[in-house]
Amino acid sequence: MAENTVGTLRIKSGLADMLKGGVIMDVVNAEQARIAEDAGAVAVMALERVPADIRAQGGVARMSDPDLIDAIKREVTIPVMAKARIGHFVEAQVLQALEVDYIDESEVLSPADYVNHIDKTNFTVPFVCGATNLGEALRRITEGAAMIRSKGEAGTGDVSEATKHIRTIRSEIAALAAKTADELFVAAKELQAPYELVKWVSENGQLPVVLFVAGGVATPADAAMMMQLGADGVFVGSGVFKSGNPVERAKAIVKATAAYTDAKVIAEVSRGLGEAMVGINVNDLPAPHRLSERGW
Amino acid sequence: MAGNSPLVGVLALQGDVREHERVLDELGIEHSPVRTVDQLGEVNALIIPGGESGVIDKLTRIFDVRDALIDRIQGGLPVLGTCAGLIMLADRLTGGLVGQQTLGGLDVTVERNAFGSQVDSFETTIDMPPIGGAPIRSSFIRAPIVRDAGSAEIIATLPSGEIVGVRQGNIVGISFHPEVSNEVRVHEWWVRTVVTPALQ
Repeated sequence: MAENTVGTLRIKSGLADMLKGGVIMDVVNAEQARIAEDAGAVAVMALERVPADIRAQGGVARMSDPDLIDAIKREVTIPVMAKARIGHFVEAQVLQALEVDYIDESEVLSPADYVNHIDKTNFTVPFVCGATNLGEALRRITEGAAMIRSKGEAGTGDVSEATKHIRTIRSEIAALAAKTADELFVAAKELQAPYELVKWVSENGQLPVVLFVAGGVATPADAAMMMQLGADGVFVGSGVFKSGNPVERAKAIVKATAAYTDAKVIAEVSRGLGEAMVGINVNDLPAPHRLSERGW
Repeated sequence: MAGNSPLVGVLALQGDVREHERVLDELGIEHSPVRTVDQLGEVNALIIPGGESGVIDKLTRIFDVRDALIDRIQGGLPVLGTCAGLIMLADRLTGGLVGQQTLGGLDVTVERNAFGSQVDSFETTIDMPPIGGAPIRSSFIRAPIVRDAGSAEIIATLPSGEIVGVRQGNIVGISFHPEVSNEVRVHEWWVRTVVTPALQ
Protein backbone atom coordinates (compact mmCIF):
# COMPACT_ATOMS: atom_id res chain seq x y z
CA MET A 1 0.00 0.00 0.00
CA ALA A 2 1.43 3.33 -1.05
CA GLU A 3 2.02 6.12 1.42
CA ASN A 4 -0.15 9.19 1.49
CA THR A 5 1.40 12.10 -0.40
CA VAL A 6 0.39 15.65 0.49
CA GLY A 7 0.92 18.88 -1.42
CA THR A 8 1.12 17.43 -4.94
CA LEU A 9 0.06 19.61 -7.85
CA ARG A 10 -2.86 17.25 -8.42
CA ILE A 11 -4.09 17.72 -4.84
CA LYS A 12 -3.56 21.48 -5.05
CA SER A 13 -5.32 21.99 -8.38
CA GLY A 14 -7.87 19.33 -7.36
CA LEU A 15 -9.30 21.60 -4.67
CA ALA A 16 -9.72 24.34 -7.27
CA ASP A 17 -11.53 21.80 -9.48
CA MET A 18 -14.03 21.29 -6.65
CA LEU A 19 -14.73 25.05 -6.51
CA LYS A 20 -15.76 25.27 -10.18
CA GLY A 21 -19.12 26.85 -10.87
CA GLY A 22 -18.94 28.61 -7.54
CA VAL A 23 -18.47 32.05 -5.99
CA ILE A 24 -15.60 32.95 -3.63
CA MET A 25 -16.39 35.97 -1.45
CA ASP A 26 -14.11 38.45 0.33
CA VAL A 27 -15.00 38.70 4.03
CA VAL A 28 -13.45 40.84 6.77
CA ASN A 29 -14.96 39.22 9.86
CA ALA A 30 -16.75 36.11 11.11
CA GLU A 31 -20.17 37.70 10.67
CA GLN A 32 -19.57 38.30 6.96
CA ALA A 33 -18.14 34.79 6.63
CA ARG A 34 -21.39 33.43 8.09
CA ILE A 35 -23.43 35.42 5.54
CA ALA A 36 -21.22 34.16 2.69
CA GLU A 37 -21.47 30.50 3.71
CA ASP A 38 -25.23 30.75 4.25
CA ALA A 39 -25.61 32.36 0.81
CA GLY A 40 -23.84 29.44 -0.89
CA ALA A 41 -20.25 30.68 -1.37
CA VAL A 42 -17.87 27.80 -2.20
CA ALA A 43 -15.07 29.49 -0.23
CA VAL A 44 -14.29 32.74 1.54
CA MET A 45 -11.26 35.02 1.26
CA ALA A 46 -10.31 36.31 4.70
CA LEU A 47 -8.84 39.81 4.67
CA GLU A 48 -8.75 42.90 6.87
CA ARG A 49 -10.13 45.37 4.36
CA VAL A 50 -11.98 44.76 1.14
CA PRO A 51 -10.21 46.22 -1.92
CA ALA A 52 -12.57 49.23 -2.06
CA ASP A 53 -11.42 50.25 1.44
CA ILE A 54 -7.75 49.54 0.70
CA ARG A 55 -8.17 51.85 -2.27
CA ALA A 56 -9.96 54.55 -0.24
CA GLN A 57 -7.72 54.43 2.83
CA GLY A 58 -4.37 53.94 1.11
CA GLY A 59 -1.23 52.94 3.00
CA VAL A 60 0.54 49.59 2.86
CA ALA A 61 -1.84 46.65 2.71
CA ARG A 62 -0.50 43.44 4.27
CA MET A 63 -1.48 39.90 5.26
CA SER A 64 -4.36 39.73 7.75
CA ASP A 65 -4.00 39.33 11.50
CA PRO A 66 -3.87 35.58 12.37
CA ASP A 67 -6.60 36.15 14.98
CA LEU A 68 -8.95 37.36 12.22
CA ILE A 69 -8.16 34.34 10.06
CA ASP A 70 -8.68 31.97 13.01
CA ALA A 71 -12.02 33.59 13.85
CA ILE A 72 -13.21 33.10 10.29
CA LYS A 73 -11.94 29.50 10.22
CA ARG A 74 -13.91 28.82 13.39
CA GLU A 75 -17.08 30.33 11.94
CA VAL A 76 -17.34 28.43 8.65
CA THR A 77 -16.57 24.94 7.33
CA ILE A 78 -16.15 25.85 3.63
CA PRO A 79 -12.55 26.47 2.48
CA VAL A 80 -10.89 29.62 3.84
CA MET A 81 -8.42 31.47 1.64
CA ALA A 82 -6.16 34.34 2.66
CA LYS A 83 -3.93 36.83 0.85
CA ALA A 84 -0.17 37.21 0.99
CA ARG A 85 1.72 40.09 -0.62
CA ILE A 86 3.39 39.40 -3.96
CA GLY A 87 6.83 37.93 -3.22
CA HIS A 88 6.31 37.78 0.56
CA PHE A 89 7.16 34.16 1.14
CA VAL A 90 7.19 34.51 4.92
CA GLU A 91 3.59 35.77 4.96
CA ALA A 92 2.86 32.65 2.91
CA GLN A 93 4.71 30.48 5.45
CA VAL A 94 2.61 32.03 8.21
CA LEU A 95 -0.62 31.42 6.30
CA GLN A 96 0.38 27.79 5.73
CA ALA A 97 1.11 27.44 9.46
CA LEU A 98 -2.40 28.81 10.12
CA GLU A 99 -3.71 26.03 7.85
CA VAL A 100 -5.65 28.20 5.45
CA ASP A 101 -6.94 26.15 2.51
CA TYR A 102 -5.59 28.40 -0.27
CA ILE A 103 -3.20 31.37 -0.43
CA ASP A 104 -3.88 34.22 -2.85
CA GLU A 105 -0.59 35.90 -3.81
CA SER A 106 -2.40 39.10 -4.50
CA GLU A 107 -1.84 42.43 -6.21
CA VAL A 108 -4.59 43.84 -3.97
CA LEU A 109 -1.98 43.96 -1.18
CA SER A 110 1.17 46.05 -1.50
CA PRO A 111 3.90 44.01 -3.24
CA ALA A 112 6.82 42.93 -1.01
CA ASP A 113 9.13 42.17 -3.92
CA TYR A 114 9.06 44.02 -7.23
CA VAL A 115 11.19 41.38 -8.97
CA ASN A 116 10.27 37.91 -7.73
CA HIS A 117 7.01 36.19 -6.96
CA ILE A 118 6.85 33.50 -4.27
CA ASP A 119 8.30 30.08 -5.19
CA LYS A 120 5.00 28.32 -4.66
CA THR A 121 6.43 24.85 -5.33
CA ASN A 122 7.92 24.95 -1.81
CA PHE A 123 4.50 24.88 -0.12
CA THR A 124 1.96 22.19 0.78
CA VAL A 125 -0.90 24.69 0.68
CA PRO A 126 -2.03 25.62 -2.84
CA PHE A 127 -1.80 29.13 -4.33
CA VAL A 128 -4.06 31.15 -6.58
CA CYS A 129 -2.47 34.04 -8.49
CA GLY A 130 -3.78 36.88 -10.61
CA ALA A 131 -3.06 37.32 -14.31
CA THR A 132 -4.00 39.85 -16.97
CA ASN A 133 -2.85 37.73 -19.94
CA LEU A 134 -1.75 34.23 -20.88
CA GLY A 135 1.98 34.78 -20.46
CA GLU A 136 1.50 36.07 -16.93
CA ALA A 137 -0.78 33.11 -16.10
CA LEU A 138 1.81 30.63 -17.41
CA ARG A 139 4.63 32.29 -15.45
CA ARG A 140 2.58 31.97 -12.25
CA ILE A 141 1.82 28.30 -13.03
CA THR A 142 5.54 27.70 -13.59
CA GLU A 143 6.17 29.11 -10.11
CA GLY A 144 3.65 26.60 -8.73
CA ALA A 145 0.27 28.36 -8.80
CA ALA A 146 -2.53 25.74 -8.82
CA MET A 147 -5.30 28.14 -9.80
CA ILE A 148 -5.40 31.36 -11.82
CA ARG A 149 -7.80 34.26 -11.48
CA SER A 150 -7.91 37.02 -14.02
CA LYS A 151 -7.15 40.24 -12.15
CA GLY A 152 -9.73 42.73 -13.25
CA GLU A 153 -9.48 45.98 -11.28
CA ALA A 154 -10.25 45.16 -7.65
CA GLY A 155 -12.32 47.51 -5.50
CA THR A 156 -13.91 49.43 -8.36
CA GLY A 157 -17.20 47.67 -9.07
CA ASP A 158 -16.28 48.31 -12.73
CA VAL A 159 -16.27 44.98 -14.55
CA SER A 160 -14.58 46.25 -17.72
CA GLU A 161 -11.05 45.21 -16.75
CA ALA A 162 -12.27 41.75 -15.71
CA THR A 163 -13.89 41.46 -19.12
CA LYS A 164 -10.69 42.56 -20.84
CA HIS A 165 -8.52 40.08 -18.94
CA ILE A 166 -10.70 36.99 -19.37
CA ARG A 167 -11.19 37.81 -23.06
CA THR A 168 -7.43 38.32 -23.48
CA ILE A 169 -6.52 35.04 -21.79
CA ARG A 170 -9.17 33.06 -23.68
CA SER A 171 -8.27 34.53 -27.06
CA GLU A 172 -4.53 34.00 -26.48
CA ILE A 173 -5.24 30.35 -25.64
CA ALA A 174 -7.32 30.01 -28.83
CA ALA A 175 -4.53 31.61 -30.88
CA LEU A 176 -2.00 29.22 -29.34
CA ALA A 177 -4.21 26.23 -30.11
CA ALA A 178 -4.30 27.30 -33.77
CA LYS A 179 -0.51 27.38 -34.11
CA THR A 180 1.51 24.64 -35.76
CA ALA A 181 4.17 22.79 -33.78
CA ASP A 182 7.06 24.71 -35.35
CA GLU A 183 5.51 28.05 -34.34
CA LEU A 184 5.42 27.19 -30.61
CA PHE A 185 9.10 27.94 -29.98
CA VAL A 186 8.66 31.58 -30.87
CA ALA A 187 5.28 31.63 -29.11
CA ALA A 188 7.05 30.56 -25.91
CA LYS A 189 9.56 33.36 -26.36
CA GLU A 190 6.82 35.92 -26.94
CA LEU A 191 4.73 34.70 -24.00
CA GLN A 192 7.89 34.62 -21.82
CA ALA A 193 6.80 31.22 -20.57
CA PRO A 194 8.39 27.73 -20.66
CA TYR A 195 8.08 25.91 -23.98
CA GLU A 196 6.69 22.68 -22.46
CA LEU A 197 3.84 24.57 -20.81
CA VAL A 198 3.12 26.57 -23.97
CA LYS A 199 3.03 23.31 -25.93
CA TRP A 200 0.61 21.75 -23.42
CA VAL A 201 -1.78 24.71 -23.66
CA SER A 202 -1.59 24.63 -27.45
CA GLU A 203 -2.41 20.91 -27.55
CA ASN A 204 -5.19 21.04 -24.96
CA GLY A 205 -6.74 24.42 -25.74
CA GLN A 206 -7.00 25.33 -22.07
CA LEU A 207 -4.91 26.24 -19.02
CA PRO A 208 -3.65 23.26 -17.01
CA VAL A 209 -5.37 24.74 -13.92
CA VAL A 210 -8.75 26.27 -13.11
CA LEU A 211 -9.39 29.85 -14.29
CA PHE A 212 -11.63 32.11 -12.17
CA VAL A 213 -12.42 35.77 -12.75
CA ALA A 214 -11.92 38.55 -10.19
CA GLY A 215 -11.90 42.32 -9.91
CA GLY A 216 -14.98 44.46 -10.34
CA VAL A 217 -17.82 41.92 -10.26
CA ALA A 218 -20.72 43.68 -8.51
CA THR A 219 -24.00 42.28 -9.87
CA PRO A 220 -25.54 38.88 -10.71
CA ALA A 221 -25.37 39.83 -14.39
CA ASP A 222 -21.64 40.66 -14.06
CA ALA A 223 -21.01 37.19 -12.60
CA ALA A 224 -23.06 35.42 -15.29
CA MET A 225 -21.26 37.38 -18.02
CA MET A 226 -17.88 36.24 -16.71
CA MET A 227 -19.12 32.64 -16.75
CA GLN A 228 -20.42 33.01 -20.30
CA LEU A 229 -17.01 34.39 -21.29
CA GLY A 230 -15.48 31.10 -20.13
CA ALA A 231 -14.63 31.55 -16.44
CA ASP A 232 -14.74 28.44 -14.22
CA GLY A 233 -16.04 30.54 -11.32
CA VAL A 234 -16.04 34.03 -9.82
CA PHE A 235 -14.37 35.94 -7.01
CA VAL A 236 -16.48 38.76 -5.57
CA GLY A 237 -14.50 41.21 -3.49
CA SER A 238 -16.09 44.47 -2.44
CA GLY A 239 -19.21 43.81 -4.54
CA VAL A 240 -21.18 42.00 -1.83
CA PHE A 241 -20.37 43.74 1.43
CA LYS A 242 -20.11 47.27 -0.03
CA SER A 243 -23.66 46.97 -1.37
CA GLY A 244 -26.99 47.94 0.19
CA ASN A 245 -28.17 44.39 0.92
CA PRO A 246 -25.24 41.96 1.25
CA VAL A 247 -27.38 38.96 2.29
CA GLU A 248 -29.63 39.08 -0.77
CA ARG A 249 -26.89 40.16 -3.18
CA ALA A 250 -24.63 37.29 -2.08
CA LYS A 251 -27.42 34.76 -2.70
CA ALA A 252 -28.29 36.34 -6.04
CA ILE A 253 -24.70 36.20 -7.31
CA VAL A 254 -24.45 32.52 -6.30
CA LYS A 255 -27.64 31.71 -8.22
CA ALA A 256 -26.67 33.71 -11.30
CA THR A 257 -23.23 32.04 -11.39
CA ALA A 258 -24.78 28.56 -11.28
CA ALA A 259 -27.51 29.36 -13.83
CA TYR A 260 -25.34 31.65 -15.94
CA THR A 261 -26.98 30.87 -19.28
CA ASP A 262 -30.55 31.29 -18.02
CA ALA A 263 -31.52 34.97 -18.45
CA LYS A 264 -34.87 34.40 -16.71
CA VAL A 265 -33.12 33.23 -13.55
CA ILE A 266 -30.64 36.13 -13.74
CA ALA A 267 -33.53 38.59 -14.19
CA GLU A 268 -35.41 37.11 -11.24
CA VAL A 269 -32.44 37.21 -8.86
CA SER A 270 -31.57 40.76 -9.94
CA ARG A 271 -34.83 42.16 -8.53
CA GLY A 272 -34.94 44.14 -5.29
CA LEU A 273 -31.26 43.91 -4.38
CA GLY A 274 -31.01 47.56 -3.35
CA GLU A 275 -27.94 49.63 -4.13
CA ALA A 276 -24.95 48.00 -5.80
CA MET A 277 -21.56 49.19 -4.58
CA VAL A 278 -21.02 52.77 -5.67
CA GLY A 279 -18.08 52.01 -7.90
CA ILE A 280 -15.27 53.87 -9.59
CA ASN A 281 -14.78 53.94 -13.34
CA VAL A 282 -11.43 52.37 -14.15
CA ASN A 283 -10.74 55.16 -16.68
CA ASP A 284 -10.91 57.70 -13.85
CA LEU A 285 -8.17 55.90 -11.93
CA PRO A 286 -4.70 57.35 -12.43
CA ALA A 287 -2.37 54.59 -13.66
CA PRO A 288 -0.34 54.34 -10.42
CA HIS A 289 -3.55 53.44 -8.57
CA ARG A 290 -4.37 50.51 -10.84
CA LEU A 291 -3.80 47.32 -8.89
CA SER A 292 -3.84 45.08 -11.95
CA GLU A 293 -0.51 46.56 -13.04
CA ARG A 294 1.16 45.05 -9.98
CA GLY A 295 2.75 41.68 -10.81
CA TRP A 296 4.39 40.78 -14.07
CA MET B 1 -32.96 4.32 -22.88
CA ALA B 2 -32.66 0.65 -23.80
CA GLY B 3 -30.12 -2.03 -24.53
CA ASN B 4 -26.57 -1.93 -23.30
CA SER B 5 -25.66 1.68 -23.99
CA PRO B 6 -26.64 3.76 -20.99
CA LEU B 7 -26.87 7.54 -20.95
CA VAL B 8 -25.12 8.65 -17.77
CA GLY B 9 -26.12 12.02 -16.32
CA VAL B 10 -23.63 14.16 -14.42
CA LEU B 11 -25.25 16.47 -11.87
CA ALA B 12 -23.87 19.79 -13.14
CA LEU B 13 -24.81 22.32 -10.45
CA GLN B 14 -21.29 22.91 -9.09
CA GLY B 15 -17.99 21.04 -8.75
CA ASP B 16 -15.73 18.77 -10.80
CA VAL B 17 -18.26 17.94 -13.51
CA ARG B 18 -15.68 18.20 -16.30
CA GLU B 19 -13.34 15.61 -14.72
CA HIS B 20 -16.16 13.03 -14.59
CA GLU B 21 -17.12 13.81 -18.18
CA ARG B 22 -13.51 13.26 -19.22
CA VAL B 23 -13.48 9.78 -17.61
CA LEU B 24 -16.77 8.86 -19.32
CA ASP B 25 -15.38 10.13 -22.64
CA GLU B 26 -12.30 7.98 -22.18
CA LEU B 27 -14.52 4.94 -21.53
CA GLY B 28 -16.70 5.75 -24.54
CA ILE B 29 -19.82 6.11 -22.37
CA GLU B 30 -22.51 8.55 -23.43
CA HIS B 31 -23.24 11.29 -20.90
CA SER B 32 -25.17 14.51 -20.47
CA PRO B 33 -25.30 17.27 -17.86
CA VAL B 34 -28.23 17.29 -15.44
CA ARG B 35 -29.47 20.62 -14.04
CA THR B 36 -33.23 20.26 -14.43
CA VAL B 37 -35.99 17.74 -13.77
CA ASP B 38 -36.41 17.24 -17.52
CA GLN B 39 -32.73 16.48 -18.01
CA LEU B 40 -32.87 14.06 -15.06
CA GLY B 41 -35.74 12.26 -16.76
CA GLU B 42 -33.59 11.47 -19.81
CA VAL B 43 -30.74 9.60 -18.09
CA ASN B 44 -30.50 6.01 -16.86
CA ALA B 45 -27.79 6.63 -14.29
CA LEU B 46 -26.35 9.61 -12.43
CA ILE B 47 -22.98 10.77 -11.14
CA ILE B 48 -22.97 13.28 -8.30
CA PRO B 49 -19.54 14.93 -8.57
CA GLY B 50 -17.16 16.39 -6.04
CA GLY B 51 -17.62 20.00 -5.08
CA GLU B 52 -18.80 21.89 -2.03
CA SER B 53 -21.58 19.63 -0.69
CA GLY B 54 -23.33 22.46 1.15
CA VAL B 55 -23.49 24.47 -2.08
CA ILE B 56 -24.67 21.52 -4.20
CA ASP B 57 -27.38 20.93 -1.58
CA LYS B 58 -28.53 24.56 -1.74
CA LEU B 59 -28.55 24.55 -5.54
CA THR B 60 -30.67 21.36 -5.72
CA ARG B 61 -33.28 23.24 -3.69
CA ILE B 62 -32.91 26.59 -5.47
CA PHE B 63 -33.34 24.95 -8.87
CA ASP B 64 -36.13 22.62 -7.72
CA VAL B 65 -34.46 19.33 -8.63
CA ARG B 66 -34.16 18.00 -5.08
CA ASP B 67 -37.50 16.15 -4.92
CA ALA B 68 -37.04 14.62 -8.37
CA LEU B 69 -33.54 13.44 -7.43
CA ILE B 70 -34.84 11.80 -4.26
CA ASP B 71 -37.69 10.12 -6.22
CA ARG B 72 -35.35 8.66 -8.81
CA ILE B 73 -32.73 7.53 -6.27
CA GLN B 74 -35.45 5.79 -4.25
CA GLY B 75 -36.76 4.32 -7.50
CA GLY B 76 -33.49 2.45 -8.05
CA LEU B 77 -31.56 4.85 -10.32
CA PRO B 78 -27.90 3.76 -10.42
CA VAL B 79 -25.88 6.53 -8.77
CA LEU B 80 -22.17 7.12 -8.20
CA GLY B 81 -21.17 9.85 -5.76
CA THR B 82 -17.58 11.02 -5.20
CA CYS B 83 -16.63 13.10 -2.14
CA ALA B 84 -19.43 15.71 -1.99
CA GLY B 85 -21.50 13.18 -3.96
CA LEU B 86 -21.04 10.61 -1.17
CA ILE B 87 -22.19 13.24 1.32
CA MET B 88 -25.30 13.96 -0.79
CA LEU B 89 -26.15 10.23 -0.82
CA ALA B 90 -25.72 9.62 2.93
CA ASP B 91 -28.82 9.19 5.08
CA ARG B 92 -27.00 10.80 8.02
CA LEU B 93 -24.40 13.61 8.03
CA THR B 94 -22.14 15.09 10.69
CA GLY B 95 -20.00 18.20 10.30
CA GLY B 96 -22.32 19.72 7.72
CA LEU B 97 -23.20 23.37 7.19
CA VAL B 98 -25.99 24.95 9.19
CA GLY B 99 -29.21 23.51 7.76
CA GLN B 100 -27.43 21.24 5.26
CA GLN B 101 -29.61 18.44 3.87
CA THR B 102 -28.72 15.31 1.94
CA LEU B 103 -30.67 13.36 -0.65
CA GLY B 104 -30.06 10.07 1.14
CA GLY B 105 -30.13 6.56 -0.24
CA LEU B 106 -27.16 5.05 1.58
CA ASP B 107 -27.87 3.85 5.13
CA VAL B 108 -24.62 5.37 6.38
CA THR B 109 -23.34 8.18 8.58
CA VAL B 110 -20.78 10.37 6.83
CA GLU B 111 -18.55 12.97 8.47
CA ARG B 112 -17.90 15.91 6.18
CA ASN B 113 -14.35 17.22 5.78
CA ALA B 114 -13.08 14.56 8.17
CA PHE B 115 -9.32 14.75 7.49
CA GLY B 116 -8.84 18.47 8.29
CA SER B 117 -7.91 21.42 6.11
CA GLN B 118 -6.38 21.41 2.62
CA VAL B 119 -2.81 20.88 3.91
CA ASP B 120 -4.05 17.44 5.09
CA SER B 121 -5.44 16.50 1.65
CA PHE B 122 -3.49 13.68 0.02
CA GLU B 123 -2.99 11.29 -2.86
CA THR B 124 -2.70 7.57 -2.31
CA THR B 125 -3.54 4.20 -3.83
CA ILE B 126 -6.26 2.09 -2.34
CA ASP B 127 -7.43 -1.52 -2.66
CA MET B 128 -11.03 -1.89 -3.76
CA PRO B 129 -11.86 -5.63 -3.47
CA PRO B 130 -14.87 -5.54 -5.83
CA ILE B 131 -12.66 -4.09 -8.57
CA GLY B 132 -9.48 -6.05 -7.90
CA GLY B 133 -6.29 -5.67 -9.89
CA ALA B 134 -3.75 -3.01 -9.10
CA PRO B 135 -4.63 -0.55 -6.34
CA ILE B 136 -6.86 2.38 -7.37
CA ARG B 137 -5.21 5.80 -7.73
CA SER B 138 -7.15 8.28 -5.65
CA SER B 139 -7.15 11.88 -4.41
CA PHE B 140 -8.63 12.73 -1.02
CA ILE B 141 -9.41 16.46 -1.05
CA ARG B 142 -10.96 17.80 2.16
CA ALA B 143 -12.60 14.41 2.02
CA PRO B 144 -15.42 12.87 4.06
CA ILE B 145 -15.24 9.54 5.93
CA VAL B 146 -18.01 6.97 6.47
CA ARG B 147 -18.23 6.72 10.26
CA ASP B 148 -20.98 4.09 10.31
CA ALA B 149 -21.70 1.93 7.26
CA GLY B 150 -25.08 0.77 8.59
CA SER B 151 -26.53 -1.86 6.26
CA ALA B 152 -24.34 -0.79 3.31
CA GLU B 153 -21.55 -2.98 1.93
CA ILE B 154 -18.05 -1.61 2.56
CA ILE B 155 -16.07 -1.53 -0.71
CA ALA B 156 -13.03 0.59 0.21
CA THR B 157 -11.05 1.06 3.41
CA LEU B 158 -7.85 2.96 4.12
CA PRO B 159 -4.94 1.06 5.75
CA SER B 160 -5.67 3.11 8.88
CA GLY B 161 -9.17 1.60 8.99
CA GLU B 162 -11.38 4.46 7.81
CA ILE B 163 -14.26 3.44 5.55
CA VAL B 164 -14.04 5.41 2.31
CA GLY B 165 -16.31 3.49 -0.07
CA VAL B 166 -19.76 1.92 0.31
CA ARG B 167 -22.40 0.33 -1.90
CA GLN B 168 -26.06 -0.27 -1.24
CA GLY B 169 -28.09 -1.70 -4.11
CA ASN B 170 -27.54 0.56 -7.11
CA ILE B 171 -25.92 3.35 -5.10
CA VAL B 172 -22.14 3.66 -4.78
CA GLY B 173 -20.46 6.38 -2.72
CA ILE B 174 -16.72 6.97 -2.31
CA SER B 175 -14.80 9.59 -0.31
CA PHE B 176 -12.17 10.18 -2.95
CA HIS B 177 -11.71 11.34 -6.54
CA PRO B 178 -10.56 8.72 -9.05
CA GLU B 179 -11.62 11.27 -11.71
CA VAL B 180 -8.97 13.73 -10.50
CA SER B 181 -6.30 11.00 -10.51
CA ASN B 182 -6.74 9.92 -14.16
CA GLU B 183 -8.22 6.68 -12.84
CA VAL B 184 -11.03 5.21 -14.94
CA ARG B 185 -11.49 1.77 -13.35
CA VAL B 186 -14.01 2.82 -10.69
CA HIS B 187 -16.34 4.34 -13.32
CA GLU B 188 -15.80 1.33 -15.61
CA TRP B 189 -16.67 -1.08 -12.78
CA TRP B 190 -19.75 0.95 -11.75
CA VAL B 191 -21.11 1.07 -15.30
CA ARG B 192 -20.42 -2.63 -15.90
CA THR B 193 -21.74 -4.05 -12.61
CA VAL B 194 -24.38 -1.52 -11.55
CA VAL B 195 -25.60 0.61 -14.47
CA THR B 196 -25.70 -1.94 -17.29
CA PRO B 197 -27.46 -4.72 -15.28
CA ALA B 198 -30.07 -2.16 -14.15
CA LEU B 199 -30.92 -1.47 -17.80
CA GLN B 200 -31.88 -5.08 -18.51
